[in-house]
Amino acid sequence: MPSSQLTSASGSGGNKRRTRTSRAIFLGPGLLYISLFMAIPLGFILSYAFLEKAPYGGVRLSFSLDSFTRALEPVYVSVLGNTLLIASITTVLALIIGYPVAYAIAKLPPKWRTVAVILVVLPFWSNFLIRTYAWILLLNSEGILNRGLLSIGVIDQPLALLYTREAVILGLLYAYLPLMILPLYASMERLDWSLLEAARNLGAGRARAFIDVTLPLTLPAAMIGAIFVFVPSVGNFIVPELLGGGKTVMVGNLVRDQFLKARDWPFGSVLALMMVGFLVLLFAVQGYVSRRINVGDSRA
Amino acid sequence: MNMNPLLTITDVRRSFGDVVALDSVSLEIHENEFFALLGPSGCGKTTLLRVLAGFEHPDSGTVMIDDRDLLAIPPNHRPINLMFQSYALFPHMSVEKNVAYGLEREGCPKDEIRDRVAQVLSTVGLSDKARRRPAQLSGGQRQRVALARAIVKRPRLLLLDEPLSALDRKVRAEMQLELKRLQHEVGITFVVVTHDQEEAMSMADRIAVMSNGRVEQIASPVELYARPSTAFVADFVGSSNAFHGRRVPEGVDVPGIGHLPGLVVGEQTSEAAVLIVRPEDVRLVSESESRLTGLVLDTQFYGGRSTVAVEVAGHLSPVIFTCQGTASVVRGAHVHLAWAPDKGVLLSAP
Repeated sequence: MPSSQLTSASGSGGNKRRTRTSRAIFLGPGLLYISLFMAIPLGFILSYAFLEKAPYGGVRLSFSLDSFTRALEPVYVSVLGNTLLIASITTVLALIIGYPVAYAIAKLPPKWRTVAVILVVLPFWSNFLIRTYAWILLLNSEGILNRGLLSIGVIDQPLALLYTREAVILGLLYAYLPLMILPLYASMERLDWSLLEAARNLGAGRARAFIDVTLPLTLPAAMIGAIFVFVPSVGNFIVPELLGGGKTVMVGNLVRDQFLKARDWPFGSVLALMMVGFLVLLFAVQGYVSRRINVGDSRA
Repeated sequence: MNMNPLLTITDVRRSFGDVVALDSVSLEIHENEFFALLGPSGCGKTTLLRVLAGFEHPDSGTVMIDDRDLLAIPPNHRPINLMFQSYALFPHMSVEKNVAYGLEREGCPKDEIRDRVAQVLSTVGLSDKARRRPAQLSGGQRQRVALARAIVKRPRLLLLDEPLSALDRKVRAEMQLELKRLQHEVGITFVVVTHDQEEAMSMADRIAVMSNGRVEQIASPVELYARPSTAFVADFVGSSNAFHGRRVPEGVDVPGIGHLPGLVVGEQTSEAAVLIVRPEDVRLVSESESRLTGLVLDTQFYGGRSTVAVEVAGHLSPVIFTCQGTASVVRGAHVHLAWAPDKGVLLSAP
């Protein structure tokens, strides 16, 4: 942060000390929490990844890259590919559904906006597991959907809805759609609509104004929403287990199984690290794009 | 000046629920004119501007531009550009991209866009800031980008919504001159919306004063000041002394004060009348010529001139008069005041 260095360098000694103290007070608790519960466990995982597996969940203190080479075996690569595919489809669907919803909410009168936002987050007030079970009741061959379709004669055999990849995507989409809508809504609510009028005044049709103004200015929020949906989708192991019926294995299941069932902590660590690496990469891309769009804003 | 009407607004009405924003507004704007819509906030001037830009559609009435029906043209095809009050610069585009945007939408060839953008940026003195983003500019610079973006399309009509309100006093005075110079240079008809009467008076060729959705008077600044046609205009434009009373030949009979001289301007519809006298038309006179007598309440020195407030028995607010340099009277002095009868403007009481 060159700007903060500049200000503290030009300030008097007393000022500098005061800034430091208040900074420590404000940042301290958060930093402490993160280093205790985030950095230290991550350090463990990082070191376990390079150790050798011992029986009964232990590790032997000798350097090894076995777990990394094992992660490259076709069976695991295909699980990883499958996971990324499912999470990507979920994210794209969330974007397609969430963008118009957020847009519509931002265009509501202020009083109704609050109501709409509460409705969007309402599912979070009940337990995730229970909500996922509810989907089983909806989707299974004796479920409401199948019975409804049977009774109106659209189908004569129950559809195999449950325990499919589509069911997993549906479950993930249901779980994480609000995380797409909220950041998008926040950015659209702050959007200066006179910019759209300016574009129109300068000769742009409605669609053109949307593409040139609304889209680029909401892109950073769309990317945040995409990360918010993509990342937990990659890591989720409840939805594939309940709605995928064990037929659809995702990385989340694999990691959990390595730690809790196979008791292979080094291999579990490698898989977990891969997910973390992926996440860091995504945030870097998002940061780069929103900086390109908002150049100068922070300096204003 | 070319007196052909460029824009003809006829009987335009617009209401929002119970609020009447425009109440049968009719006016003509001439080619190459600097026209001002002046009025307090909520008078309908911004609604009228939005009607012209196409962001608002009137409930009834017509607007013609060059003998074409303006209201039938969608906003993006109108030969009208608007400089927004907030400037509405695209934050994700550089200065030159902002300015080029309108030309790109027209489908101008790339070379022409480059030349015209460079030219307009040098006109507003921002050639060296072409690659900056709006957030990296000062308020005055942003305003000039907004202006450049609006004039680069060479519209038939340029609308300016409170163009100087976001600027501080000094920059504002500079920009007033700048706008006036630019209007001569580019030869575009300007319509500026403002609540600041000084701004309108100093820049515009003609001013339409609006109040409660109605046009009160359309006149040149000098005429507006010297011959206001309604009490609202007299009060809103410049400062004035107002005496309420009963209309009599050659003046007004004010209860408790007596006869005060003034000439009738415009139509006189009622017995109740108000006499308007500008502070600079009130003179200190000897007792024999006196029309009003009172005690000096206060004097204020403004450098080139001074303002004196005089308490007159029978009149609620103090009578104000101005004189060159320092005031020749002191607080508590007994003074006699008068004005030439043709400086008193007699209007129907509102």
